[in-house]
Amino acid sequence: MYQIVQKEQFSENVVKLVVHAPRIARSRKPGHFIILRIDEKGERIPLTIAEANIEAGTITLVVQNVGVSSKRLCAMNVGDQILDLVGPLGKATHISEVGTVLACGGGVGIAPLLPIVEGFKKAGNRVVTVLAARTKELIILEKEIRQWSDEVIIMTDDGSYGIKGLVTQGAEEIIKREKVDECVTIGPAVMMKFVALLTQKYEIPTQASLNAIMVDGTGMCGACRASVGGQTKFTCIDGPEFNAHQIDFDELILRLGGYKAEEKQAWERANS
Amino acid sequence: MKEYLKIERDQEWRDQLRKKIKNKERTTQERVSMTSLDPMERIKYQDREVNLGLNMEQAQREASRCMDCVNPTCIEGCPVSINIPKFIKNIERGEVLEAAKTLKETSALPAVCGRVCPQEKQCEAQCFYTLKLKKEPVAIGYLERFAADFEQQSGAVSVPETAPKNQVKVAAIGSGPASLSFAGDMIKLGYDVTVFEALHEVGGVLKYGIPEFRLPNHVVDVELESLAKMGVKFERNFIVGRTASFDDLKAEGYQAFFVASGAGLPRFMNIPGENYNGILSSNEYLTRVNLMNAAKADFDTPVLKGQNVAVIGGGNTAMDSVRTAKRLGAERAMIIYRRSREEMPARVEEVLHAEEEGIEFLNLNNPVEYFSDENGRVSKMRVQRMELGEPDASGRRRPVVVEGSEYDIPVDVVVVAIGVSPNPLVPSELPELKVSRWGTIEVDPETMQSSMPELFAGGDIVRGGATVILAMGDGRKAAAGMHKYLSQKKETAAN
Repeated sequence: MYQIVQKEQFSENVVKLVVHAPRIARSRKPGHFIILRIDEKGERIPLTIAEANIEAGTITLVVQNVGVSSKRLCAMNVGDQILDLVGPLGKATHISEVGTVLACGGGVGIAPLLPIVEGFKKAGNRVVTVLAARTKELIILEKEIRQWSDEVIIMTDDGSYGIKGLVTQGAEEIIKREKVDECVTIGPAVMMKFVALLTQKYEIPTQASLNAIMVDGTGMCGACRASVGGQTKFTCIDGPEFNAHQIDFDELILRLGGYKAEEKQAWERANS
Repeated sequence: MKEYLKIERDQEWRDQLRKKIKNKERTTQERVSMTSLDPMERIKYQDREVNLGLNMEQAQREASRCMDCVNPTCIEGCPVSINIPKFIKNIERGEVLEAAKTLKETSALPAVCGRVCPQEKQCEAQCFYTLKLKKEPVAIGYLERFAADFEQQSGAVSVPETAPKNQVKVAAIGSGPASLSFAGDMIKLGYDVTVFEALHEVGGVLKYGIPEFRLPNHVVDVELESLAKMGVKFERNFIVGRTASFDDLKAEGYQAFFVASGAGLPRFMNIPGENYNGILSSNEYLTRVNLMNAAKADFDTPVLKGQNVAVIGGGNTAMDSVRTAKRLGAERAMIIYRRSREEMPARVEEVLHAEEEGIEFLNLNNPVEYFSDENGRVSKMRVQRMELGEPDASGRRRPVVVEGSEYDIPVDVVVVAIGVSPNPLVPSELPELKVSRWGTIEVDPETMQSSMPELFAGGDIVRGGATVILAMGDGRKAAAGMHKYLSQKKETAAN
């Protein structure tokens, strides 16, 4: 059992949960994720580790209410127990000193971006971060991101905070202004697709962290497979980060909808 | 070993039992057949066991067919060397609990093996009836299952004796059949054994892979409880190499490791359209249904239900998948296999059960491409016909494409069950470990010791995809090998 020791409501549908998992806190690196199961009847869902505190033995997860399991998770409180939690999973982000790094995060993708931004900063890079969301209240972890960024640009679809516009607009301005040596992007698949198209135009090496459907998260089933450079890769063990210019994003987007009907049924059942 | 078997055979009760019925009489009896649920009834349930087991009268009659050979060749066919005549003769004289105890002397999971072993290729293939009399072999598997079930139902489950605790900590990685067999032997030798499992449930393929209709979970759970009673510890949600490193565990006092992380990595064919929605590995399909209970409405994990389901492959996993599809309501559940019936690696009994349940067999067919509807969901598959050519290296006749024979089949779910590769998760954390080009861990075949002295390995991570019982045999060998290694190490340290 894994106890929730802290909870923070970021916005109506986004919460931060700090969970006691000392072994994982010690072993995790930027880019790693966990799989959890709330209770006996629950499904296994992947979540990226946003932060870890070795002394306290905790890891931080950020959850957006988008379906049956995330809704239940968002409703959990301090003191509640998560039945199963395993990790750290996936390959850690490849972090090195490259010069200037452009980090692009969208929505709850900002949470997994945080440890990566921290990693690149600590490795001696200049880090410029572009955070994007639909509206002001969906921009999360801004203070933490600022701590590890030389500059932060905020974009909102509705202009309620920062600059009105998409992540790619903010990113392109940076690219035009200064030399960018590497780009990392995490967010909705559509967003990452357009970031990838942008950086491809400017020939900037780019890593994207994929958010595929997963079951076991250990390479056992292939639910999370994606086409990268024409080859089938398993996101959970070969990724979750891949060369963004080689990812078949259209296929990824189709595959993310693979259980739409079943998810809708489950949602209706849970809310009836 | 031979000496030991002879002493046991010479016991008075065995001698008397042999004299009671003449061998000629024994050999004229018909082999028992096991009753099973009616096919049309059983396909309505995901979780009803098909085979119903023997009753006492059937079991004793079948046991009396065994002639208690001087040289019991059947034992040589068993990868964990169960003392087969001893347990069978105990059934014949009505001492079924004694029979169960005999099984546990060498096997950690008799109720499992009695159900899932391909006995026709193992013990029963080496039975005197098969070898010399050209008759149906003694139903060793049925009898093993009978004795193990009898014990489970009696509530008087015996816990094998264990040696005094030696305070030496060892770890088993993975909790499938190889590990459980290893853990059972090591705990008997007095070691402090912890089994580490990545998933949230212990049992490996016995839980996520083999369906309830073939191997009920409660049967596995009783065997697991028995190991726990002997002192085996289980750590779930724990990936050795990730959750904690090998060095972390060494620092915590673990002196040796047995890696049995299996061959969980599913293979795909890499043909066009294979990543469309509705096309999934048998591992994913079976895990959703067996481990996550996706077929039950009150569980959160979904599973895709199809009207026209094609399963690619001819092994046990393919049979389990296609029969699962039928139970999930498929109108048409098909096996697509590129060779003929004769080359199918699946157990004969499971193929028969599948046929009874109305599964279609499209043998000598091979998929070449998938097509989708406008939402990216698979809608049809193109297959080509095959014919059998010359035998290949494995001795099976090689399938050859019949040119121009392509045709399309409408499908809405496709399950790919063409085999698995070794899971790279554990080896990838150990750069100094010697692995083959296929990713299997290289070991000494006698001791199961790897290129790292404190690390032993067995089961599918060494063999690629194989059977439950071969994995268990490896677990036994590794336990013996590790015991020898640790004893010698201790001796060297003392001198």
